[in-house]
Amino acid sequence: MSPGSTSSDGLHTVHRFISAVLAALVLLVLIPAIHPAIAKAGFEELLQANAGLIAKSSSKTVGPVLEQLRQHGGDEAEAFLTRWQAKELYFIKKTGQFVLAEKAAKTASGKKQLLIRDAVTGEEIGIVPAKSVRQIKPNSGVRSKIAATLVPFQLGNPDPAIRETTLKTLLRDIQPSHLAPLKAAITREKVPSLKSQMEKAYVFGMLAHGTDEAEVEGAIRSLAGDLSLDVRAALTPVLASTVSVATKLPDGVNIARVIIPGRTTRQGDGTAGRMSAIGGKDAEMSVMAAYDMMVAQGLAPPFVTRGMRDEALVEAAIDGRVGSFAVADLDNDNARDAAYQQLVDQGRAPALVSALQRQQAVEGAIFFAFYDNPSPLVTGAAHDVLNEIQTRVALYKYLDLLLDALSLASIYFLAAIGLAITFGVMRVINMAHGEFIMMGAYTGYVVQLLVPGYTLSIAIAVPAAFIVTFAAGVAMERLVIRHLYKRPLETLLATFGISIALQQLAKNIFGTQARPLTAPSWLDGAFAVNDVLAISNIRIAIFCLALMFLGLLLYVMKRTRFGLETRTVTQNPMMAASMGINPDRINMLTFGFGSGIAGIAGVAIGLYSKVTSELGADYIVQSFMTVVVGGVGNIWGTLAGAAMIGSLQKGIEWFNPSNTLAAQTYMIIFIILFIQFRPRGIIAQRGRAVET
Amino acid sequence: MPELLQRTVLTRHLLRNPSLMIFLGALACVCLAVTILGEGFGIGLISTSFIKTLGKTLCLCMIAIAMDLVWGFCGILSLGHFAFFALGGYMIGMWMMFARTRMIVIEAAQNNVLPPTPVEISEAVGTQIFGVVGGAEIPAIWAFADLFWVQLSFIALVPGLLAYVFGWLAFRSRVNGVYLSILTQAMTLALSLYLLQNDSGLRGNNGLSGLQNIPGLDHVPQSILSIIFFLASGLALAVTYIMASAVVGSKLGNIIRGIRDDEARVRFLGYNVESYKLFIFVLTAVIAAIAGALYYPQAGIINPTELAPIASIYLAVWVAIGGRGRIYGAVIGAAFVSLLSSYFTGGQAPDIPLGFATIIWTDWWLVLLGLSFVVVTIYAPQGLGGLIDKLVTRERG
Repeated sequence: MSPGSTSSDGLHTVHRFISAVLAALVLLVLIPAIHPAIAKAGFEELLQANAGLIAKSSSKTVGPVLEQLRQHGGDEAEAFLTRWQAKELYFIKKTGQFVLAEKAAKTASGKKQLLIRDAVTGEEIGIVPAKSVRQIKPNSGVRSKIAATLVPFQLGNPDPAIRETTLKTLLRDIQPSHLAPLKAAITREKVPSLKSQMEKAYVFGMLAHGTDEAEVEGAIRSLAGDLSLDVRAALTPVLASTVSVATKLPDGVNIARVIIPGRTTRQGDGTAGRMSAIGGKDAEMSVMAAYDMMVAQGLAPPFVTRGMRDEALVEAAIDGRVGSFAVADLDNDNARDAAYQQLVDQGRAPALVSALQRQQAVEGAIFFAFYDNPSPLVTGAAHDVLNEIQTRVALYKYLDLLLDALSLASIYFLAAIGLAITFGVMRVINMAHGEFIMMGAYTGYVVQLLVPGYTLSIAIAVPAAFIVTFAAGVAMERLVIRHLYKRPLETLLATFGISIALQQLAKNIFGTQARPLTAPSWLDGAFAVNDVLAISNIRIAIFCLALMFLGLLLYVMKRTRFGLETRTVTQNPMMAASMGINPDRINMLTFGFGSGIAGIAGVAIGLYSKVTSELGADYIVQSFMTVVVGGVGNIWGTLAGAAMIGSLQKGIEWFNPSNTLAAQTYMIIFIILFIQFRPRGIIAQRGRAVET
Repeated sequence: MPELLQRTVLTRHLLRNPSLMIFLGALACVCLAVTILGEGFGIGLISTSFIKTLGKTLCLCMIAIAMDLVWGFCGILSLGHFAFFALGGYMIGMWMMFARTRMIVIEAAQNNVLPPTPVEISEAVGTQIFGVVGGAEIPAIWAFADLFWVQLSFIALVPGLLAYVFGWLAFRSRVNGVYLSILTQAMTLALSLYLLQNDSGLRGNNGLSGLQNIPGLDHVPQSILSIIFFLASGLALAVTYIMASAVVGSKLGNIIRGIRDDEARVRFLGYNVESYKLFIFVLTAVIAAIAGALYYPQAGIINPTELAPIASIYLAVWVAIGGRGRIYGAVIGAAFVSLLSSYFTGGQAPDIPLGFATIIWTDWWLVLLGLSFVVVTIYAPQGLGGLIDKLVTRERG
C-alpha cells in the first residue's frame, strides 16, 4: 500500500505517505456505506497530496498517482480521470485546487475571465481572472496510461459502446490489475457478445499474468476449439522455448523436445517432428549449428573452418614455404591439411576438428528445448489446445484449398467456354480467342471511363462486351474463317495472325501498362466463415457467373432452335442445307455467339486481374487444354476439364505454395501424359462424326 | 571406292535438283560477299553487328528448313521446335559460361598466396554464375559443363531425347492434327515455365549471358569471331539443305508426303507411320538444336522468353509465308520475314506521317505482319515459294 516508493521526487514522499494512509483508510473503512461528503473530502485530499504530480505529469512519474486513484475508485475518480485525459482540467495557481474552466465575459478593463467549477462535482465556484488558472495538458504517453487506469471504471459503464471500446483498449495491453475488475464485469455483463469478448480478454489476461497454475490451465482449456487468430497468437508465446545443449538431460526444467541435429524438425506446438523424406520442413538444427552451440557453451573445442585454416597457412608462409611444404604445392585440401597439422604439432595453431569428430561430438551431447514457462500443467494444456486448434485449422485450410481450386476452375471454365463452342462444336481453331477475352475486358474498361458508378458501369459493360466481341467474331468469320473451313491447320495460323495484330493494336491504343477494371464495392468484401476460411465476394461472383454460363449454354445448345441448327450444321452441312437451314448464316451466328461469350468472360477476368494486352494470351494455352482434356464437342466435358485443371494446379501448389511456376509446369506435364491415355478427353465423343 | 561412290551420289543428286545448285551457289556468293565486305578480313563496309544479324538469320533459315520438313512434308504442325532450338542454345551456353567463368576465377586467384584448390574454384564459379538467383552450388545438370565434347554432344542428345520421348508418347496414342499442335505448344509452355524458375539450375529468367565471348579465344576480336560464326552458320545451312533435299528426294520423302496427305492410307499400305513420323520429328528437333547452338553465341544471351510458345508460332508463320513443301520456300520465308522484322522493329524504318497520326513502325509492324499473314494464308496458301513456282512454270511452258 505504499505507492511511489521508488520515486526520486523526495519532496513529496511524506505527503504521499499520508495520502496513501488516508486512501487506505477510506478504502478499508468507509467504502461499504460511504457518505458522499466524507468520500469527497478523502478524494480532495488525495488530489491535493498529488497535486504536483498531476499538474506536471510525465509517463514515468504518473504511475503511483494513477494507482492511488484506481484504488480509491468510485464515480469521482472516474470523472476526474476522464476529464484529465480529455485535457479539461485546470488548476488554480495559488491553491493548487483542480477545477474545470470555461470562458466568461471579460471584465470592464478587457481582461479575460474564466468561470471555474469543481473538478469532481462540477459545482460552480466562481469567476476568476484567466491568468490565475492554468490548463493541465497531459502528453500522449500519460493519456494512454490514464486510459489503462480508466478501464476498470469503464467496464461497468452503462453504455455498451463505451464498454466495447474499453475492451479493445484493454486487449491491446492487458495488465495484472485489470484481471479482478474484468472478472467482476463478466458477471455483471448482460450483452452476450460483449460477455464472450470479456471472457476471452480475461483468459488472455490470465495467460499473460496469471499466477495460479490451475487457474491458468483452466483458462487455456476454455479456449479449446476457438479458431480466431488472436487465440493462436496468445497461445503461441506460452509454448515459447529455448534451445540448449548439455551432456545429459537436466532435471527440473520443462522439456519441450529433444533435438537430434540434422534429423528432427520443430513443429508448431513446440514438439519435435520427424523429417519427411519427400520435401516438407528442414531440420530444426544442422549438425554445424549444433556444434557451434557446443563450442559456445564450452563443451567442445572450436571448429577450424577452411577459411581459418587457410588464413593460418598464409600467415605462416615464409619465402614460399610453410614448414616443410612448398606453398605452390598447397593446391588441394589434403596437402593443406597436412601443412596445417604441422603447424598444430608445433603448437602454432588450434587443432583441426574433422567432420567425423564433429559429428561424433554432436552425437555425444544432448540438444533439447525447454519451455520458458516452467509449469508442465500450463504448457501441457496449451499444447493440447493448440494441437486441437491446429488440426481444425488444417481442416479448414483443406476446405479453403478446395474453394480455391473451385474458383480457379471457374476462371478456366469462363476462359474456355467460348472455345467450347468455336472449337468444340464448330472445330475452328481460334487462336484469337484470347484476344476476344482481352477485347471484352477493354470494353469494360472503356465503359467504366464513360459511365460513372461502378455497379451501373458493370451492368452496362457485360452486354456491351458481348455486342463488341459478337460483332468482331462475326466479322472474323465472314472475312477469314469462312475461306478456311476445309483447312483447319491454316485456320490456326490465320487466326494467330489476327491474334498478334489485335494484341499489338490494343498495345497501340491503350498502352502497355495495366488498366484497372474496378469491381463495385459490394463485390469488394469477403464472406468470412471464421479467421481461417474467407471467400472473397468476387470469387463467389465468378463462380456464379460460370454456373450461369453453363446453364445458358446448355439451354441454347439443347433447347433452342438455334442450338439444334448449330448441331445439325456441324454434323452434316449438306444435309442441313437440304433441310432448309442456311449453313453460312448458322456458322456465322455460332462463331459470333462463342466470341461474345468470350467477351463477357473477359469482363469477369478483368475484374479478377488487371487488364493488359496480354490478358488473353495468358489464358489461350490453358483454354485449349481445358477443352481438349475435357473432350471436344461437349460442354460438360469443358466443365470437367476446367475442374480437373483447376484442382490439379491448386493441388500441386499445395505441396510447394511459393512456386506457382512449378505447379503450372507439372500440371502441363500431367496433362500431356493424360492425353496419351485418353486422347479424346475425359468425356469422349463417339460416333461417325468424330472420324471425319 | 566408297569415296568415289559418295561423290557420284552427291553429284547425281545435285544434277537432279537444279534448285539445290542455285541455292548453294547463292549461299556461297553471299558468304563470300559478306566476308569481303565485313570488318574482320575485308574492307569493313558492313558493321560487325549486322554480320551477326545475318549469321543469326542463316540459323533461323536452318530451323525453318527443319520446320518445313516436319510440317510442310510430314504434315505435323509442331509448335515446339523453338523449344529444341533454345535447348540447343542452352547446352552450348552452359559450356561457354562455365568455361569462361572458370578461366576468370583462376586468373583472379593468381594473386592469392595459396594456389586455389579444386573445391575453391568450383565454389567461386558457382557463386559467380548462380549468385543472381541466390545460389552458390553448381547444380547436377552442370556436371559436364566443363567438358567441351560432352556438352557439344548434348546439343544433339538432349533435345533429341526430349523429342523422342514426347514424339513416342504422342504418336503412339495417335494424337494428330490440331491436337498435336496444341500438345506441342503445351510442351513448349511447360519447358519455358520450368526454366523461368530460379531453382531450375539454369539461372531462371536471367538466362545465360556473355555468350559472345568464346572461352579461350579472348584475344580474337569480335569482328573476326562474327565472320567465323557467320561462315559456320552458312556451312551448317548448306549441309542442312543438302540433307533435307536428299531426305525429300528419297523413298522416305515419298512416304512422309504420303503420311501428310493421307495418313490412314499409308498405314493400310503396311508402313509403320508412327516410326516415320518419330524419325522426322527427332531429326528436325536435332537440326533445330544445332541451329540454336550456332544462333545464341551470336546473340550473346539466352533466356526462357526465347522459347515462349509464340516463337514457335512465328516459325510456322515464316515457313507458311515462304511456302510450305519446298525447302527453298522455308529459307526464303525465314530470311525475308526475320530481316524485315529486324528492319522495322530496329527503328531504322522511316515513320510515315499521316497528318492526324504518325505511323511508327515499331508499333505497327506487328499489326501489318499479322494481317499480311492472314492475307497470305487465304489468298496465297503456297506462299512466296508458290509465286516463284508459278513464274518458273510459266517460263518453261
